[in-house]
Amino acid sequence: MRSSQELKKMNMNIPKQNDVAVKCTGLRKTFGEGTAAVQALRGVDLEVRTGELMMLVGPSGCGKTTLISIIAGILDQSQGECVVFGHDFRRMSQSQKTRYRGESIGFVFQAYNLIPTLTAAENASVPLLVRGENRRKANDRAREVLQQVGFNERMMLSLPTQLSGGQQQRVAIARALMHNPKLIVCDEPTSALDHETGQSVMELLRNVALHDSRALVVVTHDARIFGFADRIAKLDDGHVERIVNSAAELNENRK
Amino acid sequence: MNFIALKMLVGDRAKYLGIVMGLTFASLLLTQQSGIFVGLMSRTFGFLTDTSLPDIWVMDEKVQYVDDVKPLQDTELYRVRGVQGVEWAVPLYKGLLRARLDNGNFQSCNVIGLDDATLIGGPPIMVKGALADLRRSDGVIVDEVGANDKLAKVLPDGRRVPLQIGDMLELNDHRAVVVGICRVTRSFQSQPSVYTTYSRATIFAPRERKLLSFILAKAKPGENLQAVCERINKTTGLAAYPRDQFVKLTLDYFMKYTGIPINFGMSVVLGFIIGTAIAGQTFYNFTLDNLRYFGTLKAMGAGNGKLLRMIILQALTVGAIGFGLGVGAACVFGAASANSELAFRLPWQVLALTAGAVLLICVGSALLSIWKVITLEPAIVFRS
Repeated sequence: MRSSQELKKMNMNIPKQNDVAVKCTGLRKTFGEGTAAVQALRGVDLEVRTGELMMLVGPSGCGKTTLISIIAGILDQSQGECVVFGHDFRRMSQSQKTRYRGESIGFVFQAYNLIPTLTAAENASVPLLVRGENRRKANDRAREVLQQVGFNERMMLSLPTQLSGGQQQRVAIARALMHNPKLIVCDEPTSALDHETGQSVMELLRNVALHDSRALVVVTHDARIFGFADRIAKLDDGHVERIVNSAAELNENRK
Repeated sequence: MNFIALKMLVGDRAKYLGIVMGLTFASLLLTQQSGIFVGLMSRTFGFLTDTSLPDIWVMDEKVQYVDDVKPLQDTELYRVRGVQGVEWAVPLYKGLLRARLDNGNFQSCNVIGLDDATLIGGPPIMVKGALADLRRSDGVIVDEVGANDKLAKVLPDGRRVPLQIGDMLELNDHRAVVVGICRVTRSFQSQPSVYTTYSRATIFAPRERKLLSFILAKAKPGENLQAVCERINKTTGLAAYPRDQFVKLTLDYFMKYTGIPINFGMSVVLGFIIGTAIAGQTFYNFTLDNLRYFGTLKAMGAGNGKLLRMIILQALTVGAIGFGLGVGAACVFGAASANSELAFRLPWQVLALTAGAVLLICVGSALLSIWKVITLEPAIVFRS
């Protein structure tokens, strides 16, 4: 984990951290019932501020994905509170949550989830099409954002299968940025990429996606990218074990 | 979203073609089998529609369909002529007679005897010669298909030479001379049609006490057809039907007492089931394959309504293409089989029936897929 000075030296974006973007209090999630019940989250307390890149780390089955799904409003908690930019998902209907996700949350997936029959530009324009924007407007915006993530005209017209993993993840990041969301959730964004490509994807997330009024929550196993986080929350067995400010601190505690 | 739905659909070529082929096959089978059925059924009353001038057909009360001739006494004609509201009435002979061919073979012919004076009830189209030529000695007019095929002369080397004007036939041991070639609707039993005058037909026909098959009548202008028919029935005790009603009577008989509707119905149902199975299953698999992307769209803010519209659009698109291709192929089949023994007719009702069936297949397939997508947890997007 690098300090702010180190990030500055690396020419990394260090936005001002302001308001609370995500606040989880006593968050619990149980799958199944009776003897088959599995407690995925056992009382998670977590706060993510705007301008902050928060990483959720921990072993498999510790509840990272469940937590990010609840934060993104695509899974309901069993107990506790999760407020995202002042919106408590428990008080919202399914359609309100769907609309809120479409307006305020961007997604980056481990397997990219790009629609294989759409070009890079068309894939990137999906969030605006979902919101009902016309195709031309969505396409113009997609080209603009794809340029920001380093795509040229030829690449914009390529299908996902014609792109490398890193390029596909760039399209996914462009797609997540399309509608200027307040929160971007990333699930293992580098796990399918080699070290170098993973680093460049994280640089992109840090430099292009993160700014003063936006928060990023990244779930990862990949210790090589911990240095891009402002804070790291280590989860274990369904609760936040500790929150540290640097990878070094995380490693120290591990020792 | 429509754009995404269509790109998703056509992007997976194998599945897209599979669904379209399934629906095309279903449409083709439904249209073709229904078309043949309608064609075949329309041949049962082809003689009635060919005989357009009279608007009332009078016959024995026990007649069930047009070929079910129960002869009347000649005097019945005069009774019908005397009924109020009847402008004119003429006799018509219709019966199956044996024709002896040049090579010694026999062929059953549908012999129609027309009123000697007016020749009412004659063939709708004359290809060669004129209807009035029937007044020549021993004159008969033979239908084109019969002349070219079943009544054709067979040369010693086996070649078939179509019957021509001037050629002779032997009808029930009587000499008949071809004076014209006509075009008529093929009959249900596919026998050649031979037109002659009423008096000559009664000579050709075997001796019977009664020989009058039907009385063709015309109602006076302004008269209610149904009322005239009822008056004829009341006065003479004979059955009298407007032409459309006689067509219906004939059709109902064939529908009720022959296995034709069941046989064709089975083919149609089979086409429907196979089409549903192929198209439905492939469409459902297509949705399952794309579940991750539907989940992604759901996570990104697409509500169930939008996803439902996407699936319906996909289903209707493949349905429309499959319907078009299937009906197109059926039309090509129909065009190729025109002027052949094969009966094929494509009224708008058949197209509507096929469209309805294809729509049903699409809606059925889409419903399964819609259910899967609606109950989809968007959280699946985070499962690798």
